[in-house]
Amino acid sequence: MNSSYARRRRVNALMLALTALCAAVSASVLLGILGYIAWRGASSLSWAFLTRLPAPVGETGGGIANAIVGSAKVVGTAALLGIPVGVASGLYLAEYGRRGRFGFLVRYAADVMNGVPSIVIGLFAYALVVMPMKRFSALSGSVALALIMIPVVLRSTEDFVGQVPGTIREAALALGVPRWKAVAFVVLPTARRGILTASLLALSRAAGETAPLIFTSFGSPYWDQGLLNPIATLPQTLYNYAISPYEDWHRQAWAAALVLMLFVLAVNASARLWLRPPQGSSS
Amino acid sequence: MGCAAPVIPPPTGRGRARVPGPRERAGDAFFRRALAVAASLILLVALALAWQLASASRQTWTSLGPAFLWRTGWNPVDDSFGALPFLYGTAVTSALAMLIALPLGVGSAIFLTELAPRRAAQALSFAVELLAAVPSVILGLMGVFLLVPAVRAVEPPLSRALGFLPLFRGAPYGVGLLSAGLILAVMILPYITAISREVLLTVPRPLKEGMHALGATRWEVVRGVCLPYARTGIAGAAFLALGRALGETMAVTMVIGNAPTISASLFSPAYTMSAVIANELAEAAGDAHLSALIAVGLTLFALTVVINGLARLLIYRLENRS
Repeated sequence: MNSSYARRRRVNALMLALTALCAAVSASVLLGILGYIAWRGASSLSWAFLTRLPAPVGETGGGIANAIVGSAKVVGTAALLGIPVGVASGLYLAEYGRRGRFGFLVRYAADVMNGVPSIVIGLFAYALVVMPMKRFSALSGSVALALIMIPVVLRSTEDFVGQVPGTIREAALALGVPRWKAVAFVVLPTARRGILTASLLALSRAAGETAPLIFTSFGSPYWDQGLLNPIATLPQTLYNYAISPYEDWHRQAWAAALVLMLFVLAVNASARLWLRPPQGSSS
Repeated sequence: MGCAAPVIPPPTGRGRARVPGPRERAGDAFFRRALAVAASLILLVALALAWQLASASRQTWTSLGPAFLWRTGWNPVDDSFGALPFLYGTAVTSALAMLIALPLGVGSAIFLTELAPRRAAQALSFAVELLAAVPSVILGLMGVFLLVPAVRAVEPPLSRALGFLPLFRGAPYGVGLLSAGLILAVMILPYITAISREVLLTVPRPLKEGMHALGATRWEVVRGVCLPYARTGIAGAAFLALGRALGETMAVTMVIGNAPTISASLFSPAYTMSAVIANELAEAAGDAHLSALIAVGLTLFALTVVINGLARLLIYRLENRS
């Protein structure tokens, strides 16, 4: 009896220590990544790097200013296209489509789209925009990123609007306000914080996407030349530099990684700290 | 909730009528319809995506048929296309990633829910969520300059120790299935941890307390109550993570070596479905090549829809239970 109890205690201690080890490994992977990028990136980061165009191939120096501007433009356009659609659809699901076949189909489609790999979304944008126009363009990149953002914003909007207490809705209706005004001016503003957070999270995810941009926005060594021309983006420039054979480009890739990571993590962390997502809104 | 206009007596005094008039009801109808149009957009996109990929890859399917999926040669120069090496690469790297990340993730989730003090658990969960936000291309960069050299250094001793298995034979390139599987494991670890944690948090306290009261150790409670209760949810988490792993592109492309070959060894360079699209689409050699790449994309799409469908099924079932 005593020895069996001791054995159980030992198994208990061993297994619990193993789970602690798992958590330690997971957390140290993150810290390792952050630390290593900061260390390698910081040494190559300079004001010139942030404000200059890339140097011609073979020359050292140069910067990624065009990629930063390009990323802002492509991601910004994507947000303008995707967030309103996501919010409106989420609002529909929460207010009118809780049950019924249409609501179910929309919800299911959003879940499917959320799971589709970004490279396949890029392929779709390629077939939809690039092939008919016969040119790579910033616009096609934005379409791809917007399609990545919509399902995220949609599902969170549905969650947050669904959490608005029915009493608030009824109070507005009891004053004789038409339903649509109650939804648009009372319910939606109540859920504002959550929706904004979800939009920021979607934005930070889109800003780091590379795969769908390779054959849509394509990349360019120049300043941006409008929505209908190829454009440089930060993740893709980083990718091109990382797989290049040049030592100097590798150095710049680390610096670009630091810039990208600082932006993505800053947006992501502040959005999460500002509002923890509701229970059950996984993925 | 009732949305019909409340029945109230017609206004008597000078106050304005509060019963919505026909104009306001038209506003209601318009608003609802506008939102419905937005909502139907995502449905249309999902259908259009499948249709576009199918029609853009028709050439491949008509000339090769389903045999495209189990042919091995991939040579755009003489128009020979077979997707098997990519399917193999995707399957092996994803399996490897699941093998590593599933125990690590579930273990971390157990630690976070059952053992860690509340504040430490919150900080750790936050760190794990941030790990999910690190862009894939940054992990790829780490992979190229940190993981690949490390793997190259580890491969010879590994091969000496375990070389009797075909898995661990061959020249130490560094780039290949092993590196890709490892980096994928890092990418899906946060998903498995976060979802498993949420599921473990739903285990009812009385169940756990009952078992503690019978004298069970903490680990016995985890094994006897928490894990069986959370099984469905953890399976759902695993499938969601698998869906991610199958389609993950950048980090894998950068470390897998990009060679359309099939080899039993984990050390050998390989190729995945997502990687071949990323590498070759922008410079596709011709219509046949383009069509074949999009056919690979369609296959990947179908695969992730099935895997995610299974995950959703498990998670919907879970939601209905609670």
